[in-house]
Amino acid sequence: MIETKEIEYKPKDFSSDQEVKWCPGCGDYAILKAVQKAMPLIGKKREDIVFVSGIGCSSRFPYYMDTFGFHGIHGRAPALASGVKLANPDLSVWQITGDGDALAIGGNHFIHAIRRNMGLNILLFNNRIYGLTKGQFSPTTNLGQKTKSSPQGVIDNPFHPGELILGAQGTFFARTVDINPRHLTDIAVDAEKHAGTAVIEILQNCVIFNDKVFSDYTSKENKHDALLYAEHGKPMIFGKESDKGLRLNGLEIEVVTIGENGVTEDDLIVHDAHVVNPTLHFMLVRLEFPMVLGVIRSVEQEPFEERLTKQVAEVEAKSPFKTMDDLLQSGETWEIK
Amino acid sequence: MSVEKQELEKVVIKFAGDSGDGMQLTGMQFTGTSALLGNDIATFPDYPAEIRAPQGTVAGVSGFQVHIGKSQVHTPGDHADVLVSMNAAALKANLNYVPVGKTIILDTDNFKKRDWEKAGFEEDPLSSGVLDKYNVIEAPITSLTKAALSDLGLDNKSVVRSKNMFALGLVYWMFSRPMEHTESFLNKKFGKKAPIIAEANIKAMKAGYNYAETIEALASAFTVLPADLEPGTYKNVMGNQATAWGFLAAAEKAGLELFLGSYPITPASEILHEIASYKHFGAKAFQAEDEIAGVVSTIGAAFAGNLAITTTSGPGLALKSEAIGLAVITELPMVIVNVQRGGPSTGLPTKTEQSDLLQAMYGRNGESPVIVIAASSPANCFDYAFEASKLALEHMTPVILLTDGYLGNGSQPWKIRTMAELPKISPKFVPDSLKDDWLPYMRDEESLARYWGVPGQKEFIHRIGGLEKDELTGNVSYDPMNHEVMVKTRSEKVRRVANYIPDLKVEGVYEGDLLVVGWGGTYGSLLTAVNQCNCEEGKTIGIAHFNYINPLPKNTAEIFSKFKKILVCELNEGQFIHVLRSNLPEFEYTKFNKIQGLPFTVNELHDAFNKILSED
Repeated sequence: MIETKEIEYKPKDFSSDQEVKWCPGCGDYAILKAVQKAMPLIGKKREDIVFVSGIGCSSRFPYYMDTFGFHGIHGRAPALASGVKLANPDLSVWQITGDGDALAIGGNHFIHAIRRNMGLNILLFNNRIYGLTKGQFSPTTNLGQKTKSSPQGVIDNPFHPGELILGAQGTFFARTVDINPRHLTDIAVDAEKHAGTAVIEILQNCVIFNDKVFSDYTSKENKHDALLYAEHGKPMIFGKESDKGLRLNGLEIEVVTIGENGVTEDDLIVHDAHVVNPTLHFMLVRLEFPMVLGVIRSVEQEPFEERLTKQVAEVEAKSPFKTMDDLLQSGETWEIK
Repeated sequence: MSVEKQELEKVVIKFAGDSGDGMQLTGMQFTGTSALLGNDIATFPDYPAEIRAPQGTVAGVSGFQVHIGKSQVHTPGDHADVLVSMNAAALKANLNYVPVGKTIILDTDNFKKRDWEKAGFEEDPLSSGVLDKYNVIEAPITSLTKAALSDLGLDNKSVVRSKNMFALGLVYWMFSRPMEHTESFLNKKFGKKAPIIAEANIKAMKAGYNYAETIEALASAFTVLPADLEPGTYKNVMGNQATAWGFLAAAEKAGLELFLGSYPITPASEILHEIASYKHFGAKAFQAEDEIAGVVSTIGAAFAGNLAITTTSGPGLALKSEAIGLAVITELPMVIVNVQRGGPSTGLPTKTEQSDLLQAMYGRNGESPVIVIAASSPANCFDYAFEASKLALEHMTPVILLTDGYLGNGSQPWKIRTMAELPKISPKFVPDSLKDDWLPYMRDEESLARYWGVPGQKEFIHRIGGLEKDELTGNVSYDPMNHEVMVKTRSEKVRRVANYIPDLKVEGVYEGDLLVVGWGGTYGSLLTAVNQCNCEEGKTIGIAHFNYINPLPKNTAEIFSKFKKILVCELNEGQFIHVLRSNLPEFEYTKFNKIQGLPFTVNELHDAFNKILSED
């Protein structure tokens, strides 16, 4: 169990001596700071924290954290993280990945890690583009967008990461955005508290190859009316004047204005992140306007490593072999003199 | 018993039938019983890639060959002295392996016109004369089994399923084996859940035994006396099981937990099954979503301080290549087991081949040296799994352990090791003297192994990864000279392993006309053929069999220099010969190869040795 008591660390204790090499203005800087701020709050010793990653701009992240770190190979970080966690379940294991790393080359590992529900925290930086290879479209790039490898526009349908995670039976999914690092810090702490795999999708701006891709949501003028911060047990309200909300209309979610057409706060959906049936969560992750942020799903389920520990205890109690020598000498043996 | 028993030095028996006929189980029972009598043994299961290939066809024939001997037995045998053929297809598939004059036992119930046509015979083999030169025992095994079990009230399917036990009983009588071992096995297997099935099987076996005693077709019965093995306690082991146990033993000896990250693949899956049973020994068997996740989770576990293993076969090793490179550059200890099978691509999944030596040596991007070692008998899979773990942990490098389908599925008596007699394993943890100023790529001066600072310890907080490392700090470095230093250091580290491995041994003669060179699973066949040539024909042939391939043992050149000719024998098109030519170009090598998914036979080796000796 995680102790919520704050250990005597400061965010800068988690900053390594390596020079950070992202492009000036990259959304990753804010994410790094927010995560460094979360670390003193998770109740883990620095030496018990491991950051692993795959390949891509975001995957340089472990080099900048003064914790244990492993920069792996493209797409394979979920497997790397799983090995670390199983080898030593006491470690707090964080996986940093991007939309290409997690959803294209590493798609298989990503869904299987989620399905197993091991105690991993996965931060998915979604900038809807390949940055490190200089501007090709990714599995989340908008349909029709022109990129270096789609000069006439993308004709692949994009993934909604949240749907993939829910479809893989994810027990924790949250979404946030690089312009609100404080929100990310809070969610990162929630993720660590969750027993099982927690995925946080972070909408992140690539200033060089996909600048302003999220500006419909994140610009000063739009951010209040286009982003909804969901909280479990609270009505789904957003807007500069907090006068807009989400209402269920059959199997669709509709945006309504409180006070108009007789709509009151009581008509709005009250967010339930803990409901096991993911139908509401599917609707929330698919909603394009407003974009729902916050912890969308957080349900309890015994994580993989606890099931494993139980099995070990069961085998231990039942097995006739208590020592290695018992095993080596088991079965039918015969003596040659 | 009135029949006179004839003592035999060695005998090879092959049980063959449909893949649903229970031939593997029958063969294993015969093996177990013979082992308990003290015979030396080698076995070889030969089964189709399909779980249930079409019934009654040659493609669906499953066989189990067992070689038992009074003297030491090194191979499952080239030819069957006795073939038990449960149907026409089994006869068709195996007739070529039975020398003239030997015994064939047939279940005549499965030799109807439809049966022999389906098997691909043009005429009825029972009357066409193809069997004239053999000692044929025609027994209606299926109907005799039905008759024997008629009073049990079992359904027809269960009755017919017991026919393999009838055949086993028959062979038990022929070779003077007691039935108690199988009886207790059947009671244990079915006794609680289905006592009636246990009863039926035992009854069928006894009926077969009594039938053999009664009929006059068996002119004489045979016996094979206990073998002259080194004193000790023995048990019968299969190669894949021995491999798994070698890792369990190594983990305990090293004081580490064992992690296996693996994806099922023929013929390696048994290692995964075996390790999955021993969770309480700190063994964690993680069945990953694919081959890549298998190896990458293994790297994660190595980083976090476990003895980390991944198991696969050829195509899986190809998928793991990129990740093995990551283990090379991060210099983490792990073992990759490749139970080789026929390639390329999906190739021959259930057949043996020394297919992947070059892949193991060179199959990665960049300069990416690893230790490569190979087991050479089902029983010594234990020793080489243990040795692979020891080398990985003490030299901080991935080790590829090559076995093959023939070793993995074959079985042999194994002289049981005790934990006390196994060598010590000292993982390369950071020594106390360095704790305060440790850097991730500091090395042991002699072995060049870096030290292992695992998560959970404050002093060792560090980051590593697949980008080139600074030679001391392990930080990312694009410095040109640093890269050259690192490439050379990683390579030298593996080269220096030669200082820690045993010398190459020569058997047969120490100098002479011909040195037979082999590696891995062919040892038994090569040794038998060399001994035969030397003992029976007075030849001077030596044999040098390699278990250590990268690096080669230090005395290799010295041994090679004592012989006029060197013949490199491999079950591939010639892979080890490439390694020898590039490492020791001063010698001339001739190659002898077989690429049929089958082991060498002693006869073909014998001919190959004579041929090269007769050339000048």
